[in-house]
Amino acid sequence: MKLITAVVRPERLPQVKAALFRAGVTGITISRVSGHGGERELQEHYRGRTVVLEFREKVRLEMACSEPFVEPTIKAILSSARTGQVGDGKIFVQPLERVIRIRTGEVDTAAVTAVTADQVQRRALGGDRP
Amino acid sequence: MTRPGFSRSVGLGLLLTLAGPLTLVAQGVPTAPAALATDSLVTAANTAAAANTVAINFVWTLVTGFLVMFMQAGFAMVETGFTRAKNAAHTFAMNFMVYGIGMLAYWAVGFALQAGGLGPMATLGGFDKLSHELSVGIAGHTWGLFGTTGFFLTGVAYAAPVFTYFLFQMVFMDTAATIPTGAMAERWKFSAFVVFSVFIGAVIYPLFANWTWGGGWLSQLGTNLGLGHGHVDFAGSSVVHMTGGVIALVGAALIGPRRGKYSADGTPNAIPGHNIPMALVGTFILCFGWFGFNSGSTLAGSDLRIGVIATNTMLAGAAGSVGAMIFLWIKYGKPDPSMMANGALAGLVAITAPCAFVTAPSAVLIGGVAGVLVCIAVFFIDGKLRIDDPVGAISVHGVNGLWGILSLGLLADGTYGDGWNGVPGAVRGLFYGDPGQFVAQLIGGVTNFVAVGAMAYGAYKLTEVLVGGHRVSAEVEELGLDLPEVGALAYPDAPELASAVILSETAPHLGAAHLEPEPEAV
Repeated sequence: MKLITAVVRPERLPQVKAALFRAGVTGITISRVSGHGGERELQEHYRGRTVVLEFREKVRLEMACSEPFVEPTIKAILSSARTGQVGDGKIFVQPLERVIRIRTGEVDTAAVTAVTADQVQRRALGGDRP
Repeated sequence: MTRPGFSRSVGLGLLLTLAGPLTLVAQGVPTAPAALATDSLVTAANTAAAANTVAINFVWTLVTGFLVMFMQAGFAMVETGFTRAKNAAHTFAMNFMVYGIGMLAYWAVGFALQAGGLGPMATLGGFDKLSHELSVGIAGHTWGLFGTTGFFLTGVAYAAPVFTYFLFQMVFMDTAATIPTGAMAERWKFSAFVVFSVFIGAVIYPLFANWTWGGGWLSQLGTNLGLGHGHVDFAGSSVVHMTGGVIALVGAALIGPRRGKYSADGTPNAIPGHNIPMALVGTFILCFGWFGFNSGSTLAGSDLRIGVIATNTMLAGAAGSVGAMIFLWIKYGKPDPSMMANGALAGLVAITAPCAFVTAPSAVLIGGVAGVLVCIAVFFIDGKLRIDDPVGAISVHGVNGLWGILSLGLLADGTYGDGWNGVPGAVRGLFYGDPGQFVAQLIGGVTNFVAVGAMAYGAYKLTEVLVGGHRVSAEVEELGLDLPEVGALAYPDAPELASAVILSETAPHLGAAHLEPEPEAV
């Protein structure tokens, strides 16, 4: 099992989300973050005074994946989040020691496999509505 | 607004105009047996027309007053949008409470000082019991200082025309009183704000208003010294806006800049407001309310000049926003929304005095100049004077209030205002042949700056003694004034405040104070 953390452009989130669902990854936590990854700082003016926007808005996605899902997840993010410009983000892959599903106490692979994965995917891609 | 002798003659003229068609109809009645019956019909028609005219004026004055009242919401949104999220409840609460605090002070004392010697209210039925002005005699002329009837709206003041006039004047006073809250935002103790606002509503505003609108000495410059029509301010560029701007200037200078506004070497830093859309919606509300502000100042729906006034008002506001946008675009490569808003308001402030007296091209010129002027003033006050005015109140209201009355002295074209302040003939500016009018406007501006400035200084110092200082502690300012001063966060669910996240902690030209991340609230 791996913990995959991806930091992507907020404007690419809809595509990234769709690509991940298409790859069968449904367990995702996202958060709004600010960060700096080597982009040039942005200078703007507010009421005639300089404002330096050094940190950019990003979205961070965190996914716990069983081994067969690791590569498809990475591929999905790469294909959907890339614009080719500086600031596309990073993917971090870390080993994961244990996962426990709180509701049932299931552990590891059982815990990271969504019960309703199929249904969630179809809905996300604009298919069946409940 | 208040010019004994003028409105009466206009009212009478309109009354005859309105009565004209009715007279014809009455005369055309074929079965009228004798001239006597026709005469009584004419009399009845005239009486009805006169009563209707007064009723129209009452309704107009009240409804436009309601519009001006809603400008309080506009000010609250502009000021809160241009300040930081951690102070939003405090900033909004000041704007909310100045309505009630200012009103009660004005009801108890201020209105009597302003309007106690008003004389006949020509457009509102001719009520003439507010007739006691304390005056002094200098060089063979009498000069009005302040009125002395109408305290608490009791006694002779308990009459519908007076209450109507009070409502309209009260919302004007509150507009002036809410201007300093923007310039002094994000660091002003709530208790000090409350006491200071009482002084504005009870004394500072009413005195200058009396001198210009209540029959006081500035309005007598024409009859006493032959300077045009005396100081003419149609709807309050000086009486309302410059007064508010000068009080804001004194307050902001004395209370000092916000922490982090200036680096150790004196360089000014940007402290971005937290909600630009809120500020822009507030600006639109003000633009809307301004129709009441200016066109209502005829105190007469029967004065058809309201069409010119309303249109000049919207033209100048538009020209102000365009002027500011173009200026900023050229100077910084991008138009700045916060300065567009200031530009629109600057145009509106400037046209407030001359709106009834100028042509449409003049209105656009006045507004356009105001839009550029407000940008230059903001940079000058912020960068050279080092007075921290988070919302640009001094530049918008003070500087452009002055520009407004001066522009009247330059561009009034002589098509309106016959009999204004008791001086025969229409109001003309310097470019239309009356240099004396410009001198009267200059005297009005200088008087406002000196007298209102001095009174504001006194009120500030007195408030300081009464409540133990104006400024919150450095810790409170860092934390945000919401919890320490008013006990409620504006946005309790906000995970963190944007300003702490986007501003670099390492950017060398930014002061350290406002770069520290927000301390964990509660």
